[in-house]
Amino acid sequence: MAQAESHPRKYKVIGTRPVRHDGADKVTGRAIYGADLRLNGMVHGKILRSPHAHAVIKSIDTSAAAKLPGVVAVTTSADFPDLQDKIADLGEGAVNLAHLGANVLAHGKALYKGHAVAAVAATSPHVAQEALSLIKVEYEPLPAVTWVLDAMKDDAPLLHDDVYTKSMGKKADKPSNIAAHIHFEKGDVEDAFAGSDLVVEREFKTASVHQGYIEPHVSTALWNQDGHLTIWTSTQGSFTARQQTAELLQVPISQVTVVPCEIGGGFGGKIAVYLEPVAAMLSRKCGRPVKMVMSRDEVFEATGPTPGSSMRVKIGATKDGKLTAGEAWLAYDAGAFPGGVIGPGCMCVFSCYEFPAARVDGYDVLDNKPKTQAYRAPGATQAAFACESVIDELAEKLGIDPIEFRLKNAAKEGTRRVDGPVYPRVGFIETLEAAKASDHWKSPLEGKNRGRGIASGYWFNIGLKSSAAANVNPDGTVSLLEGSTDIGGTRTSVAMQLAETLGITAEAVHPKVVDTDSVGYTDVTGGSRVTFATGLAAYEVGRDILRQMCERAAILWECDAAEVESVDGEFKTKDKRMTFAELAGKLSQTGGPVVGRATVNPEGPTNGFGTHIVDVEVDPDTAKVTVLRYTAIQDAGKAIHPSYVEGQMQGGAVQGIGWALNEEYVFDGEGRMANASYLDYRMPTALDVPHIDTIIVEVPNPAHPYGVRGVGETPIVPPPAAMAVAVYHATGVRMQELPMSPPKLWAAMQK
Amino acid sequence: MKEFEFQSATTVDEAVSLLAAKGDQARVLTGGTDLIVQLREGLRSADLVVDVKKIPELMTMSFSPEQGLRLGAAVPCHRIYGDKDVAVAYPGLADAARIIGGWQIQSRASVGGNLCNSSPAADSIPPLVVHDAVCHLAGPGGRRTVKASEFCTAPGKNVLQRGELLVSLEFPPPAEHASSAYMRFIPRNEMDIAVVGAASWVQLTAAGDTIEKASIALAAVAPTPLAATEASSFLAGKPATSETFAKAGELASQVARPISDKRGTSEYRKHLAGVLTQRTLAIAVERARG
Ligand SMILES: Cc1cc2nc3c(=O)[nH]c(=O)nc-3n(C[C@H](O)[C@H](O)[C@H](O)COP(=O)(O)OP(=O)(O)OC[C@H]3O[C@@H](n4cnc5c(N)ncnc54)[C@H](O)[C@@H]3O)c2cc1C
Repeated sequence: MAQAESHPRKYKVIGTRPVRHDGADKVTGRAIYGADLRLNGMVHGKILRSPHAHAVIKSIDTSAAAKLPGVVAVTTSADFPDLQDKIADLGEGAVNLAHLGANVLAHGKALYKGHAVAAVAATSPHVAQEALSLIKVEYEPLPAVTWVLDAMKDDAPLLHDDVYTKSMGKKADKPSNIAAHIHFEKGDVEDAFAGSDLVVEREFKTASVHQGYIEPHVSTALWNQDGHLTIWTSTQGSFTARQQTAELLQVPISQVTVVPCEIGGGFGGKIAVYLEPVAAMLSRKCGRPVKMVMSRDEVFEATGPTPGSSMRVKIGATKDGKLTAGEAWLAYDAGAFPGGVIGPGCMCVFSCYEFPAARVDGYDVLDNKPKTQAYRAPGATQAAFACESVIDELAEKLGIDPIEFRLKNAAKEGTRRVDGPVYPRVGFIETLEAAKASDHWKSPLEGKNRGRGIASGYWFNIGLKSSAAANVNPDGTVSLLEGSTDIGGTRTSVAMQLAETLGITAEAVHPKVVDTDSVGYTDVTGGSRVTFATGLAAYEVGRDILRQMCERAAILWECDAAEVESVDGEFKTKDKRMTFAELAGKLSQTGGPVVGRATVNPEGPTNGFGTHIVDVEVDPDTAKVTVLRYTAIQDAGKAIHPSYVEGQMQGGAVQGIGWALNEEYVFDGEGRMANASYLDYRMPTALDVPHIDTIIVEVPNPAHPYGVRGVGETPIVPPPAAMAVAVYHATGVRMQELPMSPPKLWAAMQK
Repeated sequence: MKEFEFQSATTVDEAVSLLAAKGDQARVLTGGTDLIVQLREGLRSADLVVDVKKIPELMTMSFSPEQGLRLGAAVPCHRIYGDKDVAVAYPGLADAARIIGGWQIQSRASVGGNLCNSSPAADSIPPLVVHDAVCHLAGPGGRRTVKASEFCTAPGKNVLQRGELLVSLEFPPPAEHASSAYMRFIPRNEMDIAVVGAASWVQLTAAGDTIEKASIALAAVAPTPLAATEASSFLAGKPATSETFAKAGELASQVARPISDKRGTSEYRKHLAGVLTQRTLAIAVERARG
């Protein structure tokens, strides 16, 4: 297992900025994305979707569609195995397969507008589209509910009659839209509030937002005549896609190969399968490869938004600025099936601070929206919006600078989170100190209608399983095979860790993301884990190679392997030395190729903290918010490739700005999404955000040989809260609702 | 997308007879930046699409200070703001042409198409109204004219009859001491449809301190683009001051009867109608003073 570095080390590769290994393919348009795939005999699949937000499906008649010339297969959920009450462990948690299956193709009931009901494969996408219009579905529409608090009411339309509230390990006696209740508590909360000099309690709400990846979901499946199923897809986890598909089809996983294509963004939304099992079923029926591509409205209407939420946060403090107690009540919607992201929301709400006493209640609530999915630090952004807004108000009321207030209460080594875990060495205080010392914080903000906000955020790094293997080539380069699909430049940041370990250049490592038959099991690209865990696997691969290479050198030098040392890309004994490349060229004389391999499942995941500063100007007449300046500060542990760390910080900040300002699912009176396009689902464009300045703080993670902490998710956590504080200073209005879109902010400014 | 027949007409008569034969299953194509999107998304269907860009009259833009502007219905937006004389003579129209989509869209999209698509939020229609543009139509029964302010009848609907085609738009010659401006409000800085749009045209006295005549039109506050006649007539004879603009803004806000939808609430839109009226008046006056 990896040892912590006890003293700062000088690195040769880590911390440099080499050109990314997949750069040429991407800038020339040659990288193969799912939509680029063309196979001989390929046909095209399309999905018929429910026009209702909630309806009983009384019958589906596909006979006319099947007869349309060009149609080669039609399917509905009736073709799939019955998965009642089967649970599968899919790495990031247990999944109820009946629910997963019913999300892929509706079972008896349509639970949101856009819910898949049937599918067709045809010789062209246009024929498939036309065939959909020939499918007759008889619906019995039911009342729909899309706001979490409405869904929790006793008389709310019930989505499932087999979901009972799970609370503290107990199951309720009647079905409910509240799928789960979570409760965390530490210390004597009532007592602690009573001993506070100041208590602030506020209510917040946030709208559902989408991950907004630019590449729509796309999958191609070939169910070969020998029974083997191959799926080319855009996924964050090829192994979990394989397992989900195999489970839904009830075939052995060895019968399925998933080939991950390049991926145009996922942010948590490309972990669950949508198209894979359907394309597979259609292919089984017609014996040809079936390609399916979602359109943008399908992506919005049927794939993972992150929850809308209703939250209440109460925090107490003493006059001199010490936090006394916290209480949070969080209700997040899960969409059409249980298992949203309320868990991490509850763990993160108070995770930045040392609370002597705290209590958190969280609810996972079903409503008529697409099944919510992870979105970059899932659940933490909503919670931080609520908590950080209250923290800022407390600091203001106590007359304490917001950074000083945070410093007085910052989580550090030894702090126990409300849900139990105790922090190892973390770098929150260091991000606050860096914020305080930043040019941004030190430059006064001048001008009318302007305001500055600051907020912090937290996210875990999960560990989980990663595998990697590498072959040493005779020219001294190394080919690295990994299973982590590369969303944020991880080919390079993982390759750099192998290069550092071997003492060779980043360019001398050739990383490749391979299919599920070609590398050991690897969990999803998510949870900020790839640079940390797959990086750790690469480090272990490097050590494995070095050990074998030392043995080979010993053969050449006719000495004991223990006498051979490997330092900085050289092998040496007291009087002999050879470079890595020289020895690589001689491997065939010493017994043949060297292959290194490793599989890791690190315990002791780590934690990432960030602090963001933003300046805004608000048009007093239109309430339009302009972001003037933005600085994101984060503890990266050790930035392997600083450009990618900066890129993650900037990308997360921009997504957080979008969430803060204009992004939201708008529903009509019948619970149908009314803005399923990039025209009316308003993500920021390049003209809407300034350059995002970044400050990387490095407090090495004791659980990683190079000190890495994952950085992908934390940067989306602080922005909405920081923006709300900035808007407050510009307008005098504390917005407790997201998005702070012009009509909403204007209405608040009128009061 | 459903299959359709495609024809390229080279004369107005040919276009009219093609259109008349197919009735409401025939659509005219100019830039296609509305039509193709609508056909692909199934919002409209057509058996026949008739491209009119090969008809010289529809692609001609001619301007003289004496005659005014004749704008062929298919002339793309970039030619409007790209022509300095036209842009100076009809600044409100140029303002709109500059913000309809990005430059890729502007190299195809026409003002004629913007008008015939008849969206209540169309950016070029308020400038057409305040510039008193007249639409020249050709149909199976011959030619006729309609004022731009009377062209739209409902969202996506207009006065065009079966087989009828918009040939060109005619603008009166620019008046002395007069100018115009168009602005819209969008929550982002690009890629959006007007939440509210406003165009103002003003003519000042020679001294430049008093408004002689004015015209205001609004977008996205009613089922069709809306002339704010009360505000316009109020302005005649008033000093060109911010107090006057504010009062005109109030009057414009009062005639707005917007809906609440995904782009904004009715209340907010009414308020914006006033804000944008004030802002465009200030710009138009500034420009008229030269
Ligand atoms: C990315 C993008 C951004 C856009 N941004 C804006 C914007 O900011 N503001 C805005 O107002 N619009 C915008 N639009 C909509 C569109 O570009 C404009 O409405 C444009 O002016 C339409 O002109 P066109 O020449 O492309 O019309 P087309 O699409 O060719 O035609 C539009 C409609 O009018 C009919 N038609 C066209 N010409 C005639 C004619 N001569 N006689 C009779 N009927 C005719 C067509 O049959 C069709 O129904 C945008 C569109 C896109 C795709």
